[in-house]
Amino acid sequence: MSEALLELKNISTRVNLGTKEEKTILQDINLKIMPGDFITLLGTNGAGKSTLLNVINGTLQPTSGQVLLQGRDLTGMSEVKRAKFIAQVFQDPKLGTAPRMTVAENLLLATKRGQRRGLRMRHLRGQMAAFKERVAQLPNGLEERLQTFVGDLSGGQRQTLSFLMATIQRPELLLLDEHTAALDPNTSRDLLQLTDDVVAQEKLTCIMITHQLKDALKYGNRLLVLNAGQVVLDVRDEAKQQLTEKEILRYFAD
Amino acid sequence: MSMVTSTIGQGLLWGILGLGLFLTFRILDFPDMTVEGTFPFGACVCVEALVHGVNPFLATLLACGAGMVTGLVTGLLYTKGRIPILLAGILTMTGVYSINLRLLGRANVGLLNRATLLNLPRLQQLPQGFASVIVGLVVAVVAIVGLALFLNTDLGQAFIATGDNEKMARSLGINTDIMKILGLMLANGLIGLAGGLLAQNGGYADVNMGIGTIVIGLAAIIIGEVAYGELSLTTRLVAVVVGSILYRLILLAVLQLGFNTNDFKLLSAVILAVCLMLPLLQAKFHVKQLLHKGVERP
Repeated sequence: MSEALLELKNISTRVNLGTKEEKTILQDINLKIMPGDFITLLGTNGAGKSTLLNVINGTLQPTSGQVLLQGRDLTGMSEVKRAKFIAQVFQDPKLGTAPRMTVAENLLLATKRGQRRGLRMRHLRGQMAAFKERVAQLPNGLEERLQTFVGDLSGGQRQTLSFLMATIQRPELLLLDEHTAALDPNTSRDLLQLTDDVVAQEKLTCIMITHQLKDALKYGNRLLVLNAGQVVLDVRDEAKQQLTEKEILRYFAD
Repeated sequence: MSMVTSTIGQGLLWGILGLGLFLTFRILDFPDMTVEGTFPFGACVCVEALVHGVNPFLATLLACGAGMVTGLVTGLLYTKGRIPILLAGILTMTGVYSINLRLLGRANVGLLNRATLLNLPRLQQLPQGFASVIVGLVVAVVAIVGLALFLNTDLGQAFIATGDNEKMARSLGINTDIMKILGLMLANGLIGLAGGLLAQNGGYADVNMGIGTIVIGLAAIIIGEVAYGELSLTTRLVAVVVGSILYRLILLAVLQLGFNTNDFKLLSAVILAVCLMLPLLQAKFHVKQLLHKGVERP
């Protein structure tokens, strides 16, 4: 087997250490994510899904354990530095975009994800044609709105833009935290399809949190279920294809 | 006439303070109370330097540098010390008060017969009040052009993004702590510069001259916005300076109506409060339609 892209070694997180409210969120997680894996991550509220993503993206330091990306130890590295390798789309469309900047300005920021930003002029005009082409492939009419302030877009448009921003510079790892949960069913379906297409085209490695069992089964090549801070199911490829919703639900029980 | 000229000159000089405040209040999106310490700090550093025979250009630059130092202190307290920005600013402002007293050795120091940027031989040939207009105009234009260029660089865009959506900025690899420190340093550098210039214009520095400066800066920003409406970021910088001049003219008009100069700060606060409430008042009483159509008679 080839080398893992991301490896979590004995990751544990505990909160409110030394108090009565001390609680374990993640319990000794060991996980190897292979290059090209498209993982759907399921679990009840409080199972630790978002915490796991936060440990990977660097917003949360684990109480113990190691995070390795292509063999490099990222533990202790800040979220800002990890942005060079990791891109994210959040659940709330408002979190992933800058409302008082235009669509084009947001895209320009995203093209420089993880790079040093110096005193060079931004050269937005030179990029407009390329942006227009990228946006034209998207479902919900952003093409004519490159100069629009993002705050004036609909939630669906903002989230589609967030997704494009996360993938415009190919990330080593893409983290999607219920990125379609706040959208209406049609927009949600369109964005999931776009996600699937882009992940396949760019051969991205991706972890997608979802609460929809159907989506978890339909998309991706690997499925993980987290329960009470532990990985209770980890299936891939054929085994995943044979899985049913009923079988998954068994793993949700306490 | 010379009163209007010197009011415009003052408006331009205060506009530089407005530009500084704009960076924190509108772009980084937080109120920076350091202003009230930075402004007199710039003034005191500049006046002390001039009194000791330092070249006026250098003394003015020192005022700017002093401002950047206060910005740095507030920035470090806020980002590394995790102190809320309002408190961080107040702490710096309070601390600087003592430094100002030490600098001057007493509550105020005059600049009698000292060479300053505003009484350079060339400027003295101009009619009264014009020196401040020329100096104010030159510095304001340089500051606006410099800021406009900066905001259009990759770094400037990262700075704007930090104020607009910090979580997004961090996820794109922007070190938001450094952006905030940088913004506070730039902003307070301009405010210190304004302090130095206004001290030279007024001919003195006083440790208490910072009181109410945040209101003056905010008034420039708000009046500029009310007068101009929706604009691009670069034009909004011009609007701040225009707003500052308008604000000075409003104050002059109010004083001409016979109000006591002791009531200046109260009037300033009232004018700013009215301006801040304008959007609400407009929505509630349809002020715009009233102005356009006039009051319909029953």
